[in-house]
Amino acid sequence: MGGPEPEGVVMTKFMLLQNYEPAEGCDVMIGEWPPEDVAAHIQFQRDLNDELVERGEFVDAQALAAPELAKFVVSDGVSAPVVTDGPFPESKELLAGYRMIDVDSVERAIEIAAKASTAPGPGGKPTRTRIEVREVMGEP
Amino acid sequence: MSHAADANVEDLLRGLAPQVLGVLVRRTGDFAAAEDATQEALVAAASHWPRDGVPGNPRAWLVQTATRRLIDEARSASARRRREGAGVARDVVDADVPGRDDTLTLLFMCCHPSLTPGSAIPLTLRAVGGLTTAEIAHAFLVPEATMAQRISRAKQRVKAGGARFTMPTPEELPSRLRSVLHVLYLMFNEGSTSSVGASLQRVELSDEAIRLTRAVHEQLPDDGEVAGLLALMLLTDARRAARTGPSGELVPLDEQDRSLWDHAAIHEGVALAVSAMSHGAIGEYQLQAAIAALHDEAPSVAETDWPQIAALYTLLERMSHNPMVTLNRAIAVAMCEGPAAGLRMLDALDEPLGDHYRLDAVRGHLHEIAGDVDTALAHYDRAARRTTSIPEQRYLTTKAARLRAAWS
Repeated sequence: MGGPEPEGVVMTKFMLLQNYEPAEGCDVMIGEWPPEDVAAHIQFQRDLNDELVERGEFVDAQALAAPELAKFVVSDGVSAPVVTDGPFPESKELLAGYRMIDVDSVERAIEIAAKASTAPGPGGKPTRTRIEVREVMGEP
Repeated sequence: MSHAADANVEDLLRGLAPQVLGVLVRRTGDFAAAEDATQEALVAAASHWPRDGVPGNPRAWLVQTATRRLIDEARSASARRRREGAGVARDVVDADVPGRDDTLTLLFMCCHPSLTPGSAIPLTLRAVGGLTTAEIAHAFLVPEATMAQRISRAKQRVKAGGARFTMPTPEELPSRLRSVLHVLYLMFNEGSTSSVGASLQRVELSDEAIRLTRAVHEQLPDDGEVAGLLALMLLTDARRAARTGPSGELVPLDEQDRSLWDHAAIHEGVALAVSAMSHGAIGEYQLQAAIAALHDEAPSVAETDWPQIAALYTLLERMSHNPMVTLNRAIAVAMCEGPAAGLRMLDALDEPLGDHYRLDAVRGHLHEIAGDVDTALAHYDRAARRTTSIPEQRYLTTKAARLRAAWS
């Protein structure tokens, strides 16, 4: 305590997370969309990633395999770990994918999240996907 | 080739980077293209020289290599551009221009007020510091492609902002120098207290900030704020070895092993801070350096000149109107007059600082000194939940856990 406190960091990393829950603007699973709408949706995600690289804000983006393939693991370090396979009743609460960005401000993070939320669904209508914005503290 | 030889080549290249870039910008008038070509020449040298030996005139080698890149670039652009390439080739027959230091002129471009610090710092590190894109990307924990784009966009913005490769006019100089010093100050802080990632010190960034500030000081030896900033960096960096524990945990000033402090750096920093004070008006960096000097010269927390530190914070507070300064003054006042006096001062900070974790951390500390363990714990817990720095969070959580264990 007592030393001069340096000014805050220059850039901040955020995780933009989205779950499997039905989006506000679309409750049809992507597998049931017309193929051209699926293609448009995938292209939107690629374009958004390219745009983030181009703006010097992209860190990482990953989509996760379907909840059916998820496993829950619990262990006490002594007995064999308890592994639970899907399907899970709460599968829509599972993470579907994330983007990590490195930006000047929380306002910019929200702007990118808002754009991600407009990802097109059937008929090109925005899915209004719910994006969770979380500041990254770094690896534990 | 040994690591020492690699390190020597690296030091050599970093020193030459601004000189080579200066030559190319002056010849082509195109900062963005010249900077790309210089970067490529530096990368080529870093791979060839440790293996083949350093050429007789390393600067001329770099200028020639960078020029060739510029010509190649111009040739491949289009048939129309090819003629321009031939023009460039005629201009650069004499690669051995007299040595001259363009560091300061380049800093004014890279720390242009049209850039955010998030763009200015990487651009400065590459164009003036001679670091590679990969090294800068690594320091900021982003992919190389992302960092390359960030730097490229920064250069476009500098160009759009109308920056030219000349020194600012005497009228512009004070405000432009303030931008440069601010960027170097933030670069130093990025290196000395990183709040992203588990690593508390990204030493490279601090070292580079000190090296560049030293270069500015050499060019402008009579500027008190430049000297003040260099002193502040040296006096802060002097505590580097003591600032983290064996597993990378944060060690606050009052728990640091002062025998680990770098006394040569303290000596240099104090001398700079003292001589800076003789150069006319006193600025914020000089005041911060003076405070850092008082900490660094004290044999212990108890023997620190807290009344003098509180007085310097009062001056700094008037100058900066920054609530963080008031927070630090409250700590100094608490050390002189007891925790109650410090806590009273904090009441005025609820509004400007809001939920900032530092306010809770300081309240926790002062309540702990006052013996009010319950209140101290509540503030430590709140601070730990609100910080975005892992080392700070660990420190606060550990502090609360120890206090709880001692009390129960």
